[in-house]
Amino acid sequence: MNHDAYGDDYIREILHGVKSIAMVGASPVNVRPSYFAFKYLAQRGYDMIPVNPGHVGKSLLGKPFVASLLDIGRPVDMIDIFRSSSHIMPVVDEALKLMPLPKVIWMQLGARDDAAAAKAEAAGLKVVMNRCPKIEYGRLSSEISWMGVNSRTISAKRAPMPTRGMQLSLNRMSVGGGETGASDRAAKNKSDSA
Amino acid sequence: MTDRLPGFSTLAVHAGAHPDPTTGARATPIYQTTSFVFNDADHAASLFGLQAFGNIYTRIGNPTQAVLEERVAALEGGTAALAVASGHAAQVVVFQQLLRPGDEIIAARKLYGGSINQFTHAFKSFGWNVMWADPDEIESFERAVTPHTKAIFIESIANPSGSITDIEAISAVARKAGVPLIVDNTLATPYLIRPIDHGADIVVHSLTKFLGGHGNSIGGIIVDAGTFDWSKDNKYPMLSEPRPEYHGIKLQETFGNFAFAIACRVLGLRDLGPAISPFNAFLILTGIETLPLRMQKHCENAKAVAEWLLAHPAVAAVNYAGLSGDKYNNLARKYAPKGAGAVFTFSLKGGYDAGVKLVSNLKLFSHLANVGDTRSLVIHPASTTHSQLDDAAKAKSGAGPDVVRLSVGIEDKDDLIADLEQALSA
Ligand SMILES: Cc1ncc(COP(=O)(O)O)c(C=O)c1O
Repeated sequence: MNHDAYGDDYIREILHGVKSIAMVGASPVNVRPSYFAFKYLAQRGYDMIPVNPGHVGKSLLGKPFVASLLDIGRPVDMIDIFRSSSHIMPVVDEALKLMPLPKVIWMQLGARDDAAAAKAEAAGLKVVMNRCPKIEYGRLSSEISWMGVNSRTISAKRAPMPTRGMQLSLNRMSVGGGETGASDRAAKNKSDSA
Repeated sequence: MTDRLPGFSTLAVHAGAHPDPTTGARATPIYQTTSFVFNDADHAASLFGLQAFGNIYTRIGNPTQAVLEERVAALEGGTAALAVASGHAAQVVVFQQLLRPGDEIIAARKLYGGSINQFTHAFKSFGWNVMWADPDEIESFERAVTPHTKAIFIESIANPSGSITDIEAISAVARKAGVPLIVDNTLATPYLIRPIDHGADIVVHSLTKFLGGHGNSIGGIIVDAGTFDWSKDNKYPMLSEPRPEYHGIKLQETFGNFAFAIACRVLGLRDLGPAISPFNAFLILTGIETLPLRMQKHCENAKAVAEWLLAHPAVAAVNYAGLSGDKYNNLARKYAPKGAGAVFTFSLKGGYDAGVKLVSNLKLFSHLANVGDTRSLVIHPASTTHSQLDDAAKAKSGAGPDVVRLSVGIEDKDDLIADLEQALSA
C-alpha cells in the first residue's frame, strides 16, 4: 500500500463500507478538529463512539465516552485516531485485541506511523494515514466544493439533494386561498355555460 | 469511476460543475443572492463556526463562485482556490495572511505596473516592505533575503515585457529561505504554464485577462498549492495560531493542505470584503471553457505578428520569448512549450513619437489598458500603465519610452498584420 497517495477508490470503498467509527481522542471542546469531524460524521449517518479516558461519564452529542477501545463492548468497523504520531502504536495494539477485528485503522491529518500501519495491515486491516475522514467525505461527495476545494472529481450526473434542508416539503404557506386564477376562471366558465 | 486523471480541456469544461441538484440545470446557474437560509439554529452555528461546509453570505462565498474556484484549482493542480473581486484584491488578501507590519516580501522587478504601485505605496501604508530583485539574476533574490522575509512574488510571464521567469530557480531560493513562492500566472494561464509543477506554493491570477478572456469582467483568484507547512515555525500566525475570531481554531491543524485558501476566505475576504459578483464568476467560468482553444489561437497569432514585426524596417526590436533568437527563448521552451503567450513588446526606430503615432493609426487594435481579450489590444506603457514609475524603474520593468505593448487577439492574423502594416506606413 502506498501511504503517500491514496486512490479515490480506496478511500471511497472505506467510507462506503464502514458503519461504526470509534474516534480515539475525541474532544468535547467544540473548536477542536476532532469535534468537527465527530459531528460531521455523525450527521452523515455513521454510528460514532467517542473514546477518551479523560471524559468518561460525559457524552459527546449524545454518545457516551468510553475510556478505551476495549470498553466499547460491541463490534466496530473503523478506528479513527486523533492522536499525534508518537501515540499511535499503543492504540493500534489495542485495536488488534478487539474481537472481531475492526476493518480499518484511520490516522488523522498530520498523524503517521508506518510501523503501526504495517502491523495493522499484516493483520488484514486497511490503513489510511495523514487524512481527515470529514475532508475526504466532503471531497468525494463534492460537498466540500462549496469551500472552493478541488474535489478532484467530475460528474455529468445530477447529484442528490445535498442536505435535508433542501428537500421539498409540503410545509409551505398557501397564498390567495390556495386556488389558482385559472381554476377560478374554469369554475366560472362552467357555471356560465350551465 | 476509476482514478483516471482527465485532461486539461476536459477539466476546463467540467471541473467544479455538475448539473444543479435542485433543477437539473446543466450550465452553472448564477446564484444572484446575498444570503442563504439555514436549516436550523445548529446548522447556522456550525457554518459560522467553520464546522460544516456550506453557504452563508455571498461576501464569504457563493455557489457560482465556488464552481469557478474549483475549476481554476483543478486547472492549476492546487488543493483549493478563492475567487475575489480583482487580481489586485487577490494580492492584498494573500499578503494579509502572511505579513505583519515590519515584514518584508521580495518581488521581481518585472511586474505589472499596477502591482509595482500596490506594493510600493499601498503596502507601505500597511507597514509591509518590498525588496526588489531582478528575475534575470537569481542571486539578487538570494541577496534580498533577511530575517523579516515572508514571501517571494514573481510573474510567470511578465507584463508588459513578455519575458519568462525561471520559476524553479526562484522556488529553490524560497525553499532555502523557508518562505512560500507566490506566482502571478495571469499572462500564461495554466494552459501554458502550471507554476505549482515548478515549485510555486501559491498562484494568483487576474481573471480579468485570458482566463475570463472576453474583456467583460474583472475578477481575481488565489490558488493554494497545499505544499507549504505554515506551522513549521511561528512565522505565519494567521495559519498556525488559535484564531480569536473563530474561538481558537487553528486553521492549518483543522484544514490541512488547503488551510491557506480557507484563511484567505474566512480571515481575508470576510474582513476585507472584496467579493466577486456571482454574475462575473459566471462570465469568467464560461470563458474558461474555451481557454485551451483561445490560448492556442492567441499564441499562434502572437508568433505570426512578432515574426512579421521583426522583419519590418521601421521596427528596432521585438521582445517575444516565442521567437527563436529571443533572450528568453530557452526559458520559453522549458516552461511554456505550447506557446509563449500573446502579450509582448516591441520598439520602433522612431522612438517615443513613432510609438504614439502607431497607436493612433491602428484601426483594428483597440487602444486600451488591458490584456487578454479576444480582441487585439495595443498600449504605450510608458505613458499609461507604467506612467507612475520613474524612468529607471520603467526601463527595468521593460516599459521604456520607445516600447509599444501588444496583446494579440484571436482574429484572423492576416487582418492584424494588415492593420499594423497600414499603421506603420501611414
Ligand atoms: C499580471 C497582472 N497581474 C495583476 C493584474 C491586476 O489585475 P486586476 O486588474 O484584475 O486587479 C494585472 C492587470 O493588468 C496584470 O496584468
